Amino acid sequence: MSLFAEVPLAAPVAVFKLSADFRDDKDPKKVNLGVGAYRTDDSQPWVLPVVKKVEKLIVEDGSLNHEYLPILGLPEFRSSASKIALGDDSPAVKENRVGAVQCLGGTGALKIGAEFLRRWYNGVDNTSTPIYVSAPTWENHNAVFAQAGFTDVRPYHYWDAAKRGLDLSGFLGDLEAAPEHSVFVLHACAHNPTGTDPTQDQWKQIAEIMKRRSLFVFFDSAYQGFASGCLDKDAWAVRYFVSQGFEMFCAQSFSKNFGLYNERVGNLTVVAQDPENLARTLSQMEKIVRVTWSNPPSQGARIVATTLNSPELFQEWKDNVKTMADRVLLMRAQLKAKLLALGTPGTWEHITEQIGMFSFTGLNPKQVEYMVKEKHVYLMASGRINMCGLTTKNIDYVAESIHETVTKVQ
Amino acid sequence: MRRQICLSGDASDDMHMVAVCDGDGKVKGVPIATLRHSMPMVSFQGFELIPPVTFKLTSGQGPVFIAGQHVTKYIAEDGQTTVPPLILKIKQHIRSDPTLIPGYSYALGLSELTKRVVELALGKDSTAIVENRVVGTQAVGCMGAVRLGAELLRRWCNNSTSWCGPVLLPSPCDDSLAGTFEAAGLGDVCYYRYWDAKSLGVRVESVLKDLEEAPEQSVVVLSASGHYPTGADLSVDDWKLVAEVMMKRRLFPFFLMSGQGFSKSFEKDAWPVRHCVSIGLEVMCAQSFGHTFGLYGEQVGHLLCVLKHNSFLLAVQSQLEKLVQTLWSSPPTGGARVVATVLSNPAHLIEWQEGVRGHVERCMLVREQLREKLRLLGCPGQWDHLTKQTGLYCCIGLSGQQVEFLGKGRHVYLLPNGCLNISAINGRNIDYVAESIHLAVTSL
Repeated sequence: MSLFAEVPLAAPVAVFKLSADFRDDKDPKKVNLGVGAYRTDDSQPWVLPVVKKVEKLIVEDGSLNHEYLPILGLPEFRSSASKIALGDDSPAVKENRVGAVQCLGGTGALKIGAEFLRRWYNGVDNTSTPIYVSAPTWENHNAVFAQAGFTDVRPYHYWDAAKRGLDLSGFLGDLEAAPEHSVFVLHACAHNPTGTDPTQDQWKQIAEIMKRRSLFVFFDSAYQGFASGCLDKDAWAVRYFVSQGFEMFCAQSFSKNFGLYNERVGNLTVVAQDPENLARTLSQMEKIVRVTWSNPPSQGARIVATTLNSPELFQEWKDNVKTMADRVLLMRAQLKAKLLALGTPGTWEHITEQIGMFSFTGLNPKQVEYMVKEKHVYLMASGRINMCGLTTKNIDYVAESIHETVTKVQ
Repeated sequence: MRRQICLSGDASDDMHMVAVCDGDGKVKGVPIATLRHSMPMVSFQGFELIPPVTFKLTSGQGPVFIAGQHVTKYIAEDGQTTVPPLILKIKQHIRSDPTLIPGYSYALGLSELTKRVVELALGKDSTAIVENRVVGTQAVGCMGAVRLGAELLRRWCNNSTSWCGPVLLPSPCDDSLAGTFEAAGLGDVCYYRYWDAKSLGVRVESVLKDLEEAPEQSVVVLSASGHYPTGADLSVDDWKLVAEVMMKRRLFPFFLMSGQGFSKSFEKDAWPVRHCVSIGLEVMCAQSFGHTFGLYGEQVGHLLCVLKHNSFLLAVQSQLEKLVQTLWSSPPTGGARVVATVLSNPAHLIEWQEGVRGHVERCMLVREQLREKLRLLGCPGQWDHLTKQTGLYCCIGLSGQQVEFLGKGRHVYLLPNGCLNISAINGRNIDYVAESIHLAVTSL
């Protein structure tokens, strides 16, 4: 009798299934707008030139040891990564109340943060603290918090489909109505999947309510630099909250902005009220890490740390990031222009108003199905497209496909 | 490096505070640990102390033992942990390989790695492989593999929604094993007798008795070879008896094999796993490749799961994918590529195996030399167990007091149960170590 006889087949993750279907498609005109990674204008993945340079330095450096990293990770990675989010001159950094845990990508950072909160936040082992994630959000948010033991993961209003923009009143209403001490997962910039971020004024309103109602701030920052091309601009929301005196977590991913997807480089930045609180928090996080992956992998963290800690390499990296962000902005502008030129019914301002890798086109599920089946243009059922999937070579075809779809299918 | 501070069992029942300061202890120290009987042990890892330092007991009567600098990596004769030249060469090739496509890796990791390490563990001609009933997934180090396996068991073991253990661990074992199962939701952890201090080895009778008395369907964590931290393993005949009991009592074997090839040989080290599979048991095995590749920092681990029927394969695989997504999304590629490259290339494979054999021989030699030196010094007691044990680790068999003496009096640091890393001993320090042990045994 097998121990596993009753194990059910899990449903495939939508975005991976989409990629698999795309791979199997033989049509020469096919376009993949589902992939969640950067692509060049030749539809190729891109190893950042600065990363290539640093990898070579690392491999050739005979003095580097290959030992286990400390449980919390490479110290020079943790501190420089936190400074990227908070700013070099952050008062919280100066006051020694910022710490960090090197994690396995943004996912790992969310995981450690979630496990800590479940054990030590709002009581001890309180699994009923409500966790709010945006509607819609990256689908893994739900799973990470649920698997950490939280029983009440709820949506907060975010995307207004009719308006094709932020549902601010819904969002603020949920903040006012949430039980005190609820955790809110906020996207620091380039919201996934809608590409729609609150304005600075809107962030101020959000922060005011969260402060007043003692709601916990958990930022997910996977696209810093990728949204506007400027690191500081993309970190505005995170830094504003710090300036308002919040204690908070920020799960950072360096998968996209360093192109280090498969090295799993992430950082959980912790901003505490004072150094003593910080020390105790980190000591508990260390215990959690020890029973999850023991010590994090060194390769990716070394690349990032080397880059961030060298003025020349840091500048080169910023330029590389700007290259990626600029290409995305160009594709946005061109797609909108082409749709307008074709006279495609509907409004398309949101294509350039939205920011980052993703855009919520507004296509409904029937239209999405048509795009995939008839036009071999692959996008998520939600209507989300990855701007990086667009190139100067396929953008005409995509624009025409959208035009045809919108006019033929309602 | 691990460092542990432990309260002795016979210490006074009040709060003990340990502080550390530099130099000769004249300055007020920084408190680093608070111990009482309810929490008698604190472990530090990655906690750098630059000698000279002094530990002070600033509160309580003691005794408190400080043990540490227990290095869990293979150390070469020159006292360094180095990466084999072959590995460095491969790393460079990989760096400059233009055909390697960057991007997110698959949740279950590099398939080339999985294929090769499953073959390494089970043998290429294993019927389980031929019948396609082995699920393999790359994991973040050995502990990551254990965590993943524990999560899978917790959620899907035998369709019993309330099953939560027990999990049986060998005594002693890695001190985070219990916590890892607990974090996965399997908090019902207990220990079976493994190391026998009297006979300075494993008493299979005790193991069998404890397994016979375990509830059916318990998960039993077994060390395939090179047991951490004692280095003491069961014999082939012992394993046959253990496997029989596992079968009879429907116990689930969860093997730890973090240094296959580092104890006796690649085949011999994996024999217990292969034997269980050959008699029809379902097994899990957590593997890692730090020791054998010198790739500690890369955390290349793997979890393999042998199922009774291949009809369960896709379902189990899909659930593992879901679990991985909530832990680390996908495992790191860097080190995995190196291991896969070596294992897939016959020439690299031979060069690598020879390198590992060299380490193994050095460890065996150190054991023999240490035993011989103790004999020549006329050190009382039995020392045959030093050469009976294999691999990186060794349990000398000293008392807590003797271990503390070695640390405090002779600056030879061990774990409280008297275990050490054999490769940390070399031509320059072996006489000192032997004399220190001799002194500890004869004066206490």
